[in-house]
Parts: sequence; structure tokens; C-alpha cells
Amino acid sequence: MKLSQLSPGQKATIVSFTDAEMSVKLMEMGCLPGEVVEIERCAPLGCPIAIRVAGYQLCLRKSEAAVIVIQ
Amino acid sequence: MADLKVALVGNPNTGKSTLFNLLTGLNQKIGNFPGITVDKKTGYCKLPSGKTAEIIDLPGTYSLYPKSKDERIVFQVLADERNNAHPDIIVLVADSTNLRRNLLLFSQVADLGKPMLLVLNMADMAKKEGISIDVDKLAERLGVQVVSISARKEEGIAQLKKAIAQTTTVATQNSSVETKDFAPKAIEEIKRKIGVDNDYYALQILHQHEHLTFFTAKEQEEIETIEVSNSFDTVKLQGEETVARYKHLSKVLNDVVTDTGAERKFILTDKIDAVLTHKIGGVIIFFFILFFIFNAIFSWSSVPMDMIEGGFATLTEWGHEYLPAGVLTDLLLDGVVAGLGGIIIFIPQIAVLFALISILEDTGYMARVTFMMDKVMRKFGLSGKSVVPMIGGIACAVPSIMSARNIENWKDRIITIMVTPLISCSARLPVYTLLISLVVPNEKVLGILNLQGLALMGMYLISIAAAILVALVFKFILKAKERSYFIMELPVYRMPRWKNVLFTMYEKSKAFVVEAGKVIIAISIILWVMSTYGPSQRFEAIDAKYNNIEATSTDSVQLASLERDRAAEKLENSYAGIVGKVIEPAIKPLGYDWKIGIALITSFAAREAFVGTMATIYSVEGAEDSEAGELRLRDKIAAAKDPKTGLPIFTIATAFSLMLFYAFAMQCMSTVAIVYRETKSWKWPVIQLVYMTVMAYVAALIAYQLINP
Repeated sequence: MKLSQLSPGQKATIVSFTDAEMSVKLMEMGCLPGEVVEIERCAPLGCPIAIRVAGYQLCLRKSEAAVIVIQ
Repeated sequence: MADLKVALVGNPNTGKSTLFNLLTGLNQKIGNFPGITVDKKTGYCKLPSGKTAEIIDLPGTYSLYPKSKDERIVFQVLADERNNAHPDIIVLVADSTNLRRNLLLFSQVADLGKPMLLVLNMADMAKKEGISIDVDKLAERLGVQVVSISARKEEGIAQLKKAIAQTTTVATQNSSVETKDFAPKAIEEIKRKIGVDNDYYALQILHQHEHLTFFTAKEQEEIETIEVSNSFDTVKLQGEETVARYKHLSKVLNDVVTDTGAERKFILTDKIDAVLTHKIGGVIIFFFILFFIFNAIFSWSSVPMDMIEGGFATLTEWGHEYLPAGVLTDLLLDGVVAGLGGIIIFIPQIAVLFALISILEDTGYMARVTFMMDKVMRKFGLSGKSVVPMIGGIACAVPSIMSARNIENWKDRIITIMVTPLISCSARLPVYTLLISLVVPNEKVLGILNLQGLALMGMYLISIAAAILVALVFKFILKAKERSYFIMELPVYRMPRWKNVLFTMYEKSKAFVVEAGKVIIAISIILWVMSTYGPSQRFEAIDAKYNNIEATSTDSVQLASLERDRAAEKLENSYAGIVGKVIEPAIKPLGYDWKIGIALITSFAAREAFVGTMATIYSVEGAEDSEAGELRLRDKIAAAKDPKTGLPIFTIATAFSLMLFYAFAMQCMSTVAIVYRETKSWKWPVIQLVYMTVMAYVAALIAYQLINP
């Protein structure tokens, strides 16, 4: 499953990434395989989304959340 | 001169600038890194050893692999020993509440093998959230001094200064990951080629050499060859390195950090976010805050602005009275002092705007605005990150265009830069207020709404609509070079650091006065010369004519207005008047005469010259009256009549045509210069200048032809 498919309040564990370039940026910001992510909220128009991961809040677009494979 | 150079390096939102301000106090200056326009903040700090350290604040970054222009500086400075910001000691500032991610950057920087120490900032917040860090154990495992501080509460600064003084000139840090394993052969070849012995430095060179200016074209080619022959895969290796570093850090941090409730960190932030980013409420609050900012810019600054204006009027009057009369005095008072007054009057507005913007940024709200507006902005080819530069554009396009550097994506950034100057900046405000006060009655409609205020708000709305429409056009014209990133951190809400707010106000106002000041004073002087002097034959003829009238005429009416008529005719025949006349045919359809033409020409370099020019032109014309307050200026302009038809020049049609012209035209040399520096090419400023001028002309033409009966 992809992170973009979750709704606010749901939690999951990061497994891998489908995009190498984006994965570097995501990992540098703390989104590592094995970390638990929680969808916090969506922006007024449904995108971007705010997530909680590794002890802080990140926001990213749905298209970016779609490269994060979760379980 | 400083005894040693110390660079502050760290993630964004770690309180690096607060620490910088604490270490250096007001003893700081802002310059540029050589060849690039990223602000370089440096300051001096006295160490307990008696030595003086030069502190350099480097842009915040999550990693040595840059994702934006600002972030590139960090490695450029650390890699180049000849760079004048290259430090002797690196102070890595980390957020105690999020140590693991912060130490990723530490481990990269440490592997470069420079003397360094680690600062754990926000120790007070970590304590509050139940995070405790075994500082001694961490220091032992990393092999460097570790100092726990709280910059916000000003705790631990003395220890930090002591630690900087104690840092040895030889790097002591323990090795972390085996960087050589990532690309053994390529690293070996680079080390031999450029004569370095640090593996990680060599690896970074392989990754980032394109951004390093200190290599010659030949060296770049050779590095490129090494990359190709070893099939060096930048993206894949960066990923592998990041994973390896985190693995290493897990070991380092084992038993060092005990977290008994980091969840508590978010309780307050979650509650605030539920309101401020609410689907409907959040948007309403955002617009309310915008309205508040507008209101504050105008209402809070009106008193100091009146004082400044009054002060300069008094100064000019006093000067004319006490200084010896002559050309030099006139140049000083009507050229230099008038020009200076025209700049200083903007300080209150700029200070208020930047105070409010820095409060919004400091509290963490600006990140939420970006978050909320991203989808809407994307529809017009912009990004959520374009909101900050565009709001800043209300004050001044120059710092706003510089702040667009945070937008990583090339296309989003270019479009933001291209449309930001359309947002009505504070320099347009005096043009609007003068013209509105001339033609819009100061009356209320529906009991509460002031007509003049409505007209002014209308001008701002028109400018925002124009910016959005133009962005849409660029969205379809430009081809995307790379994909757009939006991943960013939403920091927890915090109280603003008032000292930082004051610093920002001071810094931005100073930058404005210095940057804009140079241009405006030069223009004021040139303008004064051009409107005072003309071809000598013509001036002699005029003098002869009026001297003759004076000597022979007995008509008392003619004699009474003699000096004024002489000055008017001289202005018309001065160099400025001649140029104004030359362009008159082109601006006639917009409803302007040659005098407005002069104002258009002088505004070409800086639009704020408009009011000053009108003042100069009309005060030259009415040289008899030595005082020239704005009220008098307004009366003079209102009374101006077309010499042929006898009708007033400033009708509603002319005023609105002029306002639209000023709303859309690029009359700002500083913006042109900054766009050139930011885009590194003349292509973009030229396109911008052309499209804005065409837009201004067409809009003014349509407005005049529609309104004019």
C-alpha cells in the first residue's frame, strides 16, 4: 500500500520507496524504512497532507506520499 | 581582525540564528558569499581566551547534499579553503528534541575531518518534553566536545564560548561510516587527481563538483571522466550513504537518549493546528491575518511617516533660510535632501511589514500558510512556498525575490520571481495615495466604507489578480526542468523571539535604505540638474524676453506672475522638459502631458521618484513659494491645467490611467538587478521588463479611453 492511500488518524510502517531521488530527501528528513508514520491532517483542499514521523511533523504532497510504500 | 573563524552549521529550525545573534550581538554584518547572492551573516565574538572569533552563520540544511540554492553554500564554504568564509572550527547546532535526524548532518560534516564541536540547543524544551541526553557519553562516542545550551533562554552560552576556545586545531572526531566503501575506485582516483587524503571529501567532490566554482573547466572534465568510467550513480549512493549513517547513529544514540514522552511535544501544536489549518476556519483566519497586516502597514506607520515628512520639510525650509543661497544649496536641498526624504519615509512601513512577517515565520504559522495554500497556488503554476515572497511583495519585491530561493523547483521559482514585482509594493503606495486624494472624494459609502480606502484596496486587488493571471500564462509557456518538491517540516508552534523580530526589522530597513538609497539619490540629483538647466541659447532667450517685459511692461497682472511664468517656461525648455516633450506623442493616448512624461522617465529607475518628481517639477514651477508640503503639492497638481484647452490635467481618467500604469510597470532598477542576480541571466529580467511595460501601457490606455468622456 502507498502512504497516500491512508486517511487522517491512520498509522503504518514505512517499508520502501518507489523513487530513488525522492527517497534521499525523505530519508534525510527522517522518513526511514521501519519508522511509523501517522497521517495527521489534510490541507483545506485535501492536499498536501501533514504526517507525523520520527518525532516531528512533515508536510508533503499526495504525489510525494505516493512514493512511500507502507504496511 | 579575528583570530579564528567559526561557522555555524545545522538543520533549519534549530535556533541557529538565535544563537548567532546571542554570540555576536549587534556586532554583525550582512554581506554576500562571493559570486552568489545568498546572505552571508558574519559577526564577532570575544572568547574567554581573549581571542576574537569571527562567527559565520551558514544556511540551514538537512544534509550536505543540497536541495536548494541556499543549501548549496554549506558545502561550497566547507569544501573550499580559499573561500573567505572557510572556517577553522565548525559548530554544529542540533535540536535536542530531535537528535537522530540532526546528527545525520553532524556525521556528514564530521567525516570532512575539520575541527568541530556539537551544540545541543533547546535543552530546556527537551527537558520539558521528558527527553534526557547523556552528554558525556555522547561526547565520548562522537569524539568531540558536546555543549548543551538553550539559546532562547540564553543558557549555556558561556560554556559554549569556552568550548570554542578549547577546540584543538586537529580534528578529534571518531570515524563513523566507511565512506570509502561506497565508491572505492572513484574515490581513490579523485584523491590522486586533486591531491586530497580525505575519503569523504573525495566522495562529496564526485557528487557535487558541478556546483563548485574553484575547479577549472579542465578539472571538471577530468572529474566527470572519473565518474563515467566508474559508473558513479549519485542518487543511489546518496541513498545508501544515508541509510548507513542512520544505522551508525542508532548505535551511537543507544543509551544516550532516554525519551519518556516526546508525544507531549505535539499536544499544544495539535490543538492549535486543529483551528489554524481547519478546512474553512483556517482559511478565514488566514485572510483575517492578511487584512490585519495591510491595516497595520498603513495605520501603524502613518504617525512616524508624518513625522519624517514634517521633519524633512522643516529641514529644507531651515536650509533655504540659513544656508547661503546658490546652486550648491539648491542641489543639496532640492536634490539630495528631497531624495533622502523620499527613501526614509518608507522605513516605518518596511519595518512594520517585516516585523509581522518575522513573527509569522518565527511562530511556525508561515509553514502552515504554505501548507494550506499549496494546492490553490499550484493551479496557477506556483507553489505553496510562493505565498511568502508574494506577501512580502506588498512591502518590497527585492527581499521577496531573494526569499524565493527556498523554492527548490526551478519552474515554480522562476514564475514566482516573474510575478512578484506585480504585487503592489510600498513604493507604489505614495503614488496611489497622491492620485486617489486628487480625484476620489473623501466620502463614506454605506456609512462605514471610505471611498478612498476602497479605491486603494481595489488597486491592491487588481495587482494580485494580475500576478495570478500572469503566473497562469507562464505556467503554460515554461517547460519544467525538474520535478517539484514540497516535502518540508511543520515546526511546532512557539512564541516569537522578540529579539529576532527586532533584528529583522533593523536589518531589512537598513538594507532598503542602503540599496534603494543609492539609486534614488542619484536620480534626484540628475533630475534636479535636468530640470534646472537647459540648452543655453534657449535659456538666454527666455531671460532676455522676461527681462525685457520686466523693464518695459506696465501691466501689473503680467508683472505679478512674471517670475512664475519665467520658471515655467524654463522648465518647459530644460533638458527634462525636452525629453518629456519628445515622448509626449507616445503617452498622449494615455492622458498624460509632458510633465507627467518627466515623472515617467524618472520613475523608470525607481517608481518612488514619482511623488518627488511631481514635487520638484511643481516646486520649480512655483519657486516663489518656498515651502512644499504634500498638501501644497496636491493643490498645485489639482490646479494644473492644459495650456491649450484650459481643462484640468488630473481628471479621474488620467489618475486611474496613471495608477494602472504604476501598478503594472516594472519601474524599479533594484528589482531588475536582483532578478538578474537570482536567475544568473539577462533573459528573465528582460522578459519581465518587456511584459510589464506592455501590460502597463495597454491597461493605462484602456482605462483612459474608457473613462475619458
